[in-house]
Amino acid sequence: MTDIPFLSLAIWIPILGGVLTLATGPDVNARMARTVALLSALLGFVVTLPLYAGFDPNTAAMQFVEMRPWIDRFHVAYHLGIDGLSLWFVLLNAFITVLVVIAGWQVVKVRVAQYMAAFLIMSGLMNGIFAALDGVLFYVFFEASLIPLYLVIGVWGGPNRVYAAFKFFLFTLAGSLLMLLALIYLYNVSGSFEILVWHDVPLARHVQSMIFFAFLVAFGVKVPMWPVHTWLPDAHVEAPTGGSVVLAAIALKLGAYGFVRFSLPIVPDAVATYAPLVIALSLVAVVYIGFVALVQTDMKKLVAYSSIAHMGFVTLGFFLGNSLGVEGALVQMISHGFVSAAMFLCIGVLYDRMHSRQIADYGGVANTMPKFAAFFMLFAMANCGLPGTSGFVGEFTVILGAMKLNFWVAFLAATTLVLGAAYTLWMYKRVVFGAVANEKVASLTDIGGREFLFLALLAICVLAMGLYPFPFTETMHVSVDELLRHVAAGKLPPPL
Amino acid sequence: MNFVVPDFYPATAEIFLAAMTLVVMLITAFARRVARNLSYALAQTTLLVAAFITLFTLDIGVDHTFGGMFVRDLLGGVMKLVVYVAVMVALVYGRGYLAARKLDRPEFFLLTLLATLGMMVMITANHLLVLYIGLEMMSLSLYALVAFNRDDARSTEAGMKYFVLGALASGLLLYGMSMVYGATGSLELPAVANAVFQHSANRAVLLFGLVFLVGGISFKLGVVPFHMWVPDVYQGAPTAVTLIVASAPKLAGLALALRLLVGGMYGLAFHWQTMLMLVAAASIVLGNLAALVQHDIRRMLAYSGISHMGFMLLGLLSGVAGGNADLAAGAYSSALFYGIAYALMTLAAFGMVTLLSGAGFDAGNIEDFKGLNRRSPWFALMMLFVMFSMAGIPFFVGFFAKLVVLQSAIAAGHLWIAILAVVMSVIGAYYYLRVVKLMYFDEPENTAPIVAGGELRVLLSVNALAIAALGLMPGALLDLCLQALRTSALAG
Repeated sequence: MTDIPFLSLAIWIPILGGVLTLATGPDVNARMARTVALLSALLGFVVTLPLYAGFDPNTAAMQFVEMRPWIDRFHVAYHLGIDGLSLWFVLLNAFITVLVVIAGWQVVKVRVAQYMAAFLIMSGLMNGIFAALDGVLFYVFFEASLIPLYLVIGVWGGPNRVYAAFKFFLFTLAGSLLMLLALIYLYNVSGSFEILVWHDVPLARHVQSMIFFAFLVAFGVKVPMWPVHTWLPDAHVEAPTGGSVVLAAIALKLGAYGFVRFSLPIVPDAVATYAPLVIALSLVAVVYIGFVALVQTDMKKLVAYSSIAHMGFVTLGFFLGNSLGVEGALVQMISHGFVSAAMFLCIGVLYDRMHSRQIADYGGVANTMPKFAAFFMLFAMANCGLPGTSGFVGEFTVILGAMKLNFWVAFLAATTLVLGAAYTLWMYKRVVFGAVANEKVASLTDIGGREFLFLALLAICVLAMGLYPFPFTETMHVSVDELLRHVAAGKLPPPL
Repeated sequence: MNFVVPDFYPATAEIFLAAMTLVVMLITAFARRVARNLSYALAQTTLLVAAFITLFTLDIGVDHTFGGMFVRDLLGGVMKLVVYVAVMVALVYGRGYLAARKLDRPEFFLLTLLATLGMMVMITANHLLVLYIGLEMMSLSLYALVAFNRDDARSTEAGMKYFVLGALASGLLLYGMSMVYGATGSLELPAVANAVFQHSANRAVLLFGLVFLVGGISFKLGVVPFHMWVPDVYQGAPTAVTLIVASAPKLAGLALALRLLVGGMYGLAFHWQTMLMLVAAASIVLGNLAALVQHDIRRMLAYSGISHMGFMLLGLLSGVAGGNADLAAGAYSSALFYGIAYALMTLAAFGMVTLLSGAGFDAGNIEDFKGLNRRSPWFALMMLFVMFSMAGIPFFVGFFAKLVVLQSAIAAGHLWIAILAVVMSVIGAYYYLRVVKLMYFDEPENTAPIVAGGELRVLLSVNALAIAALGLMPGALLDLCLQALRTSALAG
């Protein structure tokens, strides 16, 4: 271990890079803005690599800890650290940021500096969320990250962007403000804003219930869980490609991460009580939203609903109460980060050429874009959880975990394998196969070097994770076991 | 110095300001030709020197003087400093606006100085009558300022409304004070507090008086149900005056509340807290809902200000819970922090309005912010800071202001009002987001470059950046507020 504050660097390099990018000003300097943005994104990614290299998988304790007093009045500290639960999200986030910058390279032509800056700043803030070990610090990053995404959707989005941006912002804000009350309540009880202190503070049952529901609303909106998911399809459809990628790959993970960092360890007894409720909601997401995805005519909307279904798997896994479920869910989160990013980038590649997301406008794309069709095929397969791709590992593990709990839960969860295949492959078939649908499709050009680069990078990740998930699960194992031990122990005093 | 004029020393800043007011008055009368610029410069210098005097006499001790009618403590010092800064900033922002409308007459600066003096007296008074005199000195000057554009019907109408309602409120307050005097037999706040505490006063009369005191305070803060004047005055007054009315007097109002309710009526905390709770809840609800439908940004900011004052009251009403006063300093300091944060934000917001207003054109309509990101990315960003700060989004000072008052409210067990407050802030976020939407998502209708003086541009940027900086590092100011309350004359 060294003394270099890698986590701080992972947070502040993208943010400072974003400010620098912003300083390049109007679009006449677009080239410089892009270069600065790419360099900061790359540098931001490079500084996260030592986090993996130096990570000790044999301990559940926080690593790379940084601790500095911030607001003395409330004993709030600038306290950072990661464990097996959060490590991969920091890396994933930094990686996706690089892709987003590359993906927006030529596509974004207006207000380039502001576009790039928004993504860089957002990336830094989101790293802050995953690394924060202080409640206020977490909350500050959690809410601040809304601002850039709101602007990205609103400024560079589609025709209905204003509605989508407002809905996104207000839904999330409503949830997170309830969480703020819960955090303040925990502070008043424990005299500290340290998340790790909260893990051990005893709480009565009714208090746990209240806090549990505050967290459920906050994180449930963000995940998003059925029935508060309605903002996501709107946001996805209107957001520019980069916005959709970050939204699906990272922003949705924030809610799920909140469940493992806050809900499970802080209110374990309430979790035990209400787990059936969350499991039921998750299954609704998996099955019902799966059907909803089936009937979509807009590709982005379809992938958005598929994201909700996949995130339903994640919440399901967390509340199963066994290590297979939690680990499977974490793997699923990372996998979904790669796969959904790839799906949205693929749709973006098509959209840039055709300016349509309607499935009906396509057909026979394979004839004109063979390389693209191959990549799209791989990602579509990963999206339906084909063995050998990353999508399989997580889903299969969660289903195994569900089987331990209850056959019917596992059965309903497993329907996703059928439904996922149905909506993804049916869409793929309609878009890519068949005869060339119209002249526009006939005049499509295949992907260029830049597009090849980001799709290939994601393809490598998807396959690597599918074929050899050990590096991922290895780092999680100890942390997950410790978490479950903690949850099982509960916080209520033993009955007399 | 202490030996020569021992009694005047704690009041140096007030005395200096009063003397300078007379100087400006003489210039107004005898040097009309140079008075325009001279009085502005003199007003700014006076405020600056007064700020330095206050700064250098700032310590944690408590001095009483003028027979106990005047008190100097850290709380007063901090509040006075904020008042000076707010007035100075307001004058800088308003100067170009006034000059373009030929309103920068020396009387303007004279009245501003008098209003400031009134606020200082309110902040440092330790005696019911002195408090009242300070209040009237501030209010009368502000009435005149609101109606300063005498050829403009809206301005005079606003001035008239403000005056009639304000005079009524002052009457209420005076009536309440007379009740308190009748019940306790004293006008000095410590003696009043003592009488209340000892239960030696007639309780019915005291409570009756307390209702009027709370009513008067509520009017000065502009909270429901005494809020009617706020939107009309903010919209009708010249924006340069709105800048003054909307910022520093809120802090003076908080001082009034602290000195009267906490300093004098502490023994009746349960009662005034209950009253304030209703007032705060109603303000937060009405302010946020009414702001949603405004088309004029000054009215929108007025309603948003009503809800902000409701939030500030959340801190004020959380000091005593179940007879336990351990939370008091924390809760009152959260209200003070909120007041300072609000003053900063409201100055920047109205500063933006003056920035966009040209000669003969008031950028009052929210639509005037359309496409600002195209016209001036820098000031669009600054306004974005202000709007998100007002909405209570981190990393801006508005978030920490909300955090501390909510923490106080929850610590005092007022969970329901905290929940109400956050629900309403989600609704409130909508109208702040709408401004951001107009600036960033829409194309400009008016593509004329922004004409504004250099000092306005620089100071406005500093102001908005301060909102961000205090959001990153709120610790020092929070500590200062807590320290001010702990060591204040109220602490005993």
